[in-house]
Amino acid sequence: MLVGALFALAVAGCGQPPPSNDSQSGGGGNGVASEEATGGETTAEETAAEETTTEETTAEGTVSEETTGAVAVGGSPELAAAADGYEEYVVEQVTLLEERTERFTDSVISGDVDEAKRLFGPTREPWERIEPIAAALGDYDPNIDAREGDVPDDEWRGFHRIEKALWVENTTEGQEEYARQLMEDVSNLREEVEGLELAPEDLVTGSVELLNEVSAGKITGEEDRYSHTDLYDINANVEGSEAAFEELKPEVAGEDLSLANEVEEGFDGVHEELDQYRKGDGWVSYEKLNEADRRALSQKVDALAEPLSRVGQVLEG
Amino acid sequence: MSGKKPDGRKLSRRDLFRVTGAAGAGLALGAGGHAALGRTAGAQDRAAADPAPQIVDFHGVHQAGIATAQQEHLHFAALDLVTEEVSEVRDLLRAWTEAAARMTRGETAGEENSSQFMPPDDTGEALGLSPARLTLTFGFGPSFFEKDGEDRFGLADRRPEALAPPPPLTGDVLDEGRSDGDLCVQACADDPQVAFHAVRNLVRISRGLAVVRWSQLGFGRTASTSKAQTTPRNLMGVKDGTNNIKAENEDLMDRFVWVPEGDGPSWMAGGTYLVARRIRMLIEVWDRVSLGEQEASIGRHKYSGAPIGKEDEFDPVDLEAKDGNGEPLIAPDAHVRLARQSEEEKILRRGYSFTDGFDAERGQLDAGLFFISFQRDPHKQFVPLQERLAANDRLNEYIRHTASALFACPPGARQGGYVGETLFASP
Repeated sequence: MLVGALFALAVAGCGQPPPSNDSQSGGGGNGVASEEATGGETTAEETAAEETTTEETTAEGTVSEETTGAVAVGGSPELAAAADGYEEYVVEQVTLLEERTERFTDSVISGDVDEAKRLFGPTREPWERIEPIAAALGDYDPNIDAREGDVPDDEWRGFHRIEKALWVENTTEGQEEYARQLMEDVSNLREEVEGLELAPEDLVTGSVELLNEVSAGKITGEEDRYSHTDLYDINANVEGSEAAFEELKPEVAGEDLSLANEVEEGFDGVHEELDQYRKGDGWVSYEKLNEADRRALSQKVDALAEPLSRVGQVLEG
Repeated sequence: MSGKKPDGRKLSRRDLFRVTGAAGAGLALGAGGHAALGRTAGAQDRAAADPAPQIVDFHGVHQAGIATAQQEHLHFAALDLVTEEVSEVRDLLRAWTEAAARMTRGETAGEENSSQFMPPDDTGEALGLSPARLTLTFGFGPSFFEKDGEDRFGLADRRPEALAPPPPLTGDVLDEGRSDGDLCVQACADDPQVAFHAVRNLVRISRGLAVVRWSQLGFGRTASTSKAQTTPRNLMGVKDGTNNIKAENEDLMDRFVWVPEGDGPSWMAGGTYLVARRIRMLIEVWDRVSLGEQEASIGRHKYSGAPIGKEDEFDPVDLEAKDGNGEPLIAPDAHVRLARQSEEEKILRRGYSFTDGFDAERGQLDAGLFFISFQRDPHKQFVPLQERLAANDRLNEYIRHTASALFACPPGARQGGYVGETLFASP
């Protein structure tokens, strides 16, 4: 579950595109971006307000209403292409999430504890790569990824509810309904992201937010407190952040080559630190990392996030 | 950076502070078209009384924060370098110098940016505050030159002998994680938020090149380094350090604090060595000790600060004085006796009281003295002095040395230069 609600998609009502939305057929990206560029300034408060009114906007919204609410930044074709590229990435990851969740929930429903435990970490990876985007859409984050105590107990469901049963009670018993719900939530998310429209600003904010996820929360081992599969999540957060940066990189390098290099070196540093904990296709238990190991990882993430937070300068246009 | 500044104005904390001062509190100031900045009444009043001395020049023959009349608050940080490139270390010191000079003038750490899409260059918590006599003092630890037997930056042959790690001292129970470090920055100011802001922004600038190893906040100076200052009390409630070197006494400063040309490598000429010791006081134990025993342990009367048997704080300490029974008035193991046995070991003390809250294990106050001293050669001054104290001092029953660090503070940066420049220049 996302640590803070810092992230609001810059494009209002980006979920639930009406059937007529031709962006689904692809190629509409530049046109949308130029509309956005004429959309006028949007203040931070307005953006935040959009977050809370997303559902209403979506319910009554049309495409034109939605896009005029966008922040008028980064109208260049290159930035629009970057946003398009990242939209594809998000769809790709959520599609992968759906496939993996199906295998995971099947194993829970069929009562195969060992298989469910084996699949738990890898299944979550695509989710963690795009979490800020998913979290900005409706209730997916609390429904899919709430930890115990994040929501009232009678509303608690999703990955971590099943995680607790698997690792604490070593059973799938009583988890069948949670598994079915999780599958349904993920399928709905997949449908919702099909028509996703992102602004370049979403890439900038999202890439930093994924690292904040790591440094503010996951580094303590709180995310996967029963399974200790935190390294799957942490690595996936970093990969998702890097995917967003990769889309923006040509623009960043054009504006400030040394900043682009600094960010690249930062990613190299984090990967190098993480690589020592690889085990087979996956990762060692997070319990294997002592305080000094965790601090070293945290400091590498901070060293990356600092220059990454300056990437927003490309949005100045 | 595109450097868009609508009116090209540089934001100076001091300017703001004057403007807001003139117009009164609560004025929203349009800096960069969007900033609304308040002010701190306390800082305002202090500066209004005498604005000029609020700024201590960063540049000079010696670094500031040593001979500077001691400020009220400390934020000390030790950092470890993670870069292996000597050129990046130089870049860091240049960037630190520039930011330090700006912040000591009461300006923001970096040029103000007003981009809505990036974090601000300065973190902002010192906007509207007085410069508060901020000083920033930098140093190199032994591990900067050599770590695990490795000559990290090709500078090992420039490590001064005086920077050899101190030998283990009797009674030390040192926490490695709170000791040593490749680099240090000592931030002193009369406003704790100004000191905090300085360290925070310097650490931010260093991200990717260095990481914080440990840091210590200090409140309340425990020494006076100027004749204009009174001797403060430490957390034992006593005046300790009445006989500290005063910066006005240039002869003593030259003899005991500043490294002269020809004393070790020339890059240290005009510099000095900083010893830091985190001395935890066993507060609960001390508070149960009778007044007589407290005074005997120190060798001074608690309230007046006068040597035992004398009236005034500044009465000379007479180590030969006897009571009616022929016993020494100042006990053989009294702190003041042991601390002043040799004239050659004089040091400039510049410590602060600290607390890190309660210790969870015992439920007792984790507080004491963050001892800082400056000296020309720690191995000839601090080390023999501390060895004698550690062996015999009656105060040892009430204190624990829990961390230790030694740094070589190079001479001051010249205008246009950077702190540590002499180290990197050709020998």
